[in-house]
Amino acid sequence: MAGEFGNPEVIEEEVDILIIGGGMGACGAAYEIGPWVEAAKKEGVDIKVKLVDKAAMDRSGAVAQGLSAINTYIGPEQDPADYARMVSNDLMGITRDDLAYDLGRHVDESVHLFEEWGLPIWKTDENGERHDGSKGLPALKDGGKPVRSGKWQIMINGESYKWIVAEAAKKALGTDRIQERVFIVKLVNDKNDSNRVAGAVGFSVREHKLYVYKFKACLLVAGGCVNIFRPRSVGEGQGRAWYPVWNAGSTYAMAAEAGAEMTMMENRFVPTRFKDGYGPVGAWFLLFKAKATNAFGEIYMERNKELLNDYPPYGQAAVPASCLRNHLMLKEMKEGRGPIWMDTVTALAKLRETLSPREVKHLEAEAWEDFLDMCIGQCGIWAGENIEPEKKNSELMPTEPYLLGSHSGCCGIWVSGPEDLGAPTTEEHPEKDKIPSHLPEGWHWGYRGMTTVKGLFTAADGVGASGHKFSSGSHAEGRIAAKGMVKFVMDNRDWKPELDTSVDELIEEIYRPVRNFMEHKDYTTAIDVNPNYITPRMLQFRLQKIMDEYVAGVATYYTTNAHMLELAEQKLEMLKEDALKMRAKDLHELLRAWENYHRILTAEAHMKHIQFREESRYPGFYYRSDKNFIDEENWHCFVNSVYDRKTKTWTCFKRAHVDLVDKSKLFK
Amino acid sequence: MPTFVRTEKCDGCKGQDKTACMYICPHDLMKLDKDGSLTGHAMKSFNQEPDQCWECYSCIKICPQQAIEARPYADIVPLGASVQPLRGTDSIMWTIKFRNGNMKRFKFPIRTTPEGSIDPYGGKPEADISKISEPGFFVQVNGYRAGDPSELIRK
Repeated sequence: MAGEFGNPEVIEEEVDILIIGGGMGACGAAYEIGPWVEAAKKEGVDIKVKLVDKAAMDRSGAVAQGLSAINTYIGPEQDPADYARMVSNDLMGITRDDLAYDLGRHVDESVHLFEEWGLPIWKTDENGERHDGSKGLPALKDGGKPVRSGKWQIMINGESYKWIVAEAAKKALGTDRIQERVFIVKLVNDKNDSNRVAGAVGFSVREHKLYVYKFKACLLVAGGCVNIFRPRSVGEGQGRAWYPVWNAGSTYAMAAEAGAEMTMMENRFVPTRFKDGYGPVGAWFLLFKAKATNAFGEIYMERNKELLNDYPPYGQAAVPASCLRNHLMLKEMKEGRGPIWMDTVTALAKLRETLSPREVKHLEAEAWEDFLDMCIGQCGIWAGENIEPEKKNSELMPTEPYLLGSHSGCCGIWVSGPEDLGAPTTEEHPEKDKIPSHLPEGWHWGYRGMTTVKGLFTAADGVGASGHKFSSGSHAEGRIAAKGMVKFVMDNRDWKPELDTSVDELIEEIYRPVRNFMEHKDYTTAIDVNPNYITPRMLQFRLQKIMDEYVAGVATYYTTNAHMLELAEQKLEMLKEDALKMRAKDLHELLRAWENYHRILTAEAHMKHIQFREESRYPGFYYRSDKNFIDEENWHCFVNSVYDRKTKTWTCFKRAHVDLVDKSKLFK
Repeated sequence: MPTFVRTEKCDGCKGQDKTACMYICPHDLMKLDKDGSLTGHAMKSFNQEPDQCWECYSCIKICPQQAIEARPYADIVPLGASVQPLRGTDSIMWTIKFRNGNMKRFKFPIRTTPEGSIDPYGGKPEADISKISEPGFFVQVNGYRAGDPSELIRK
């Protein structure tokens, strides 16, 4: 029977592996899993795989718009240990070297495949001149020289980056194993083991259908979290988030509700970008060698460099962490020496001195392509404000905070790492007894990429305490997890998933916003103003107001303290209660309702972790004015947490940090 | 820069149930107004939530009628500018119109292989199940960086 609004058709399906998401991590898993499934079949294990994406894979995830660079390419000349050191340095010393190192040794494999599939990668010829990726110079795998815009970054013509990667993934998996436009909103634990995942539920945003999946393992790769803080633009421009606006924290919220141990949820990323359009600055700093200044043309990284001495040893790194660079800029803004400028005019003038007219024309195209490939809106702003970068400088601005694990952030889920890198196998820590006893000791517990919940795997933005994976690393990490899942399913071939909640109860819960609407809509004459429900849109505004004003958003120059956090805690609790009263007047609004529920849980985790960590680990990203220092003695450790979905409460605790590579090489 | 649909150009993808823009929008913004009850324009699509538009241009690039454009965010950008692509199979052309009337045009490659030509496992080896717990993928394309073992200080 075909469903209708308010009375959906229910579709139940059992698979062995469910991939939730369609971005780079999911595409990596979809590609790698095929041959391993074939190999498992020869061992007598048939593995059924399905991928579910809330959008269309051709343009879903963080790379939907395209990219102008691949930010993680190690190259034959660098070592994975160098990469692990860089990741640690940029994230203020608290990262998992095992995860970063493992990613570093695998990531170039994915980049070489991208090029084989058709992604144009810029090359440098024997004279040092740059060429775009369609000029037929040797491929990277055959020794071709990429154009390095930084130590780890290579330039690409990346408008169709996701389209290409998705084509490979879709063909590898087969379209009959892909379900697009279905939004998974909740994981279901196993009836006989509360620390195991057995299913997932969601709904179609196109048809009146609810989906109930059962599985042995799943890969939860649904991106990071955007729009939990009030954005700087609150009108039409609120859609112009730096990270994609559709990343709603679904990965973190669903994992936390299923009982997965979270890590470093206090971490956030506050990118400094071209003002309002949030256009990328990497190529301007690294490729075009532009400088950022205050209103008087003073370079704040030089003017304020003594501030770096406040944060030993991190301030002494050859390249200061992203947060510290923000810290030096914020001093200028707070003391009234703004606006902050990117001096594009001087940078381009300098480059022109040594270039031929042909090369100058190419340079101009490169500068525009940098935006057109990944942040077209910035071009709209430049065109609207008559800005040509060789004639007029552009303003920079730190954005509202974002939560993610694949870019320059490291919040996410605690996962099992590789076994061959010397990672700890026990927990050596003075507060070890405060770690809930059901959680594993050490950094690996059997299956690479698995969370602390049996059968639940993650990658990309989902994996915490690493970071700087970017697009290529997310793809590679999805591939690594795919192998782990196949192994898990082979080892659990006879296990049958049983849901701990009845399908009727799950339907009732998922569909609650629709029922709220149907039941109460005629109580008032104005559809959006009704004491019996709240629109997802207003709920999102409420969340953003709380986070902005109390949890170190832009309103307070990223500053909070224990008292403000306590207020936030109370307000978020009431918001979470009211989330049950969200309404959905159609399937589109049901999508927004569940996205915002995921945002609330993610925001709550962020707040609880900041509250627990009694220091300011990321100056420039956030400050606790009551603990405005870095405390290496007490807080050079991971902050992890678990959520109890029955009591709706969080438990935060410390885990010991251990170096697997020598970090002293970073410091002067 | 929310997208907007030009009334005279949109043909609702010729009466199909789902338009190209609906298919592609990552944020579920594009909607076909089948009977005109939502916009006054039957069988044409529209952006149902402009303030959630990320300006990814996916709908603009895919529209077979080139009926979709973007108007820079009204709460940020002075009026008069436009940035419009024409995406082909191997390259994309951009036309940028400034508020002051200046124009710029750029053309960039987007892929080096024909669309739809990827053969994901062609010429690739089978996976060796005995190696499923070891580092490395089922295939190696000269990109695995084994690393200097002496860097691992706890091994």
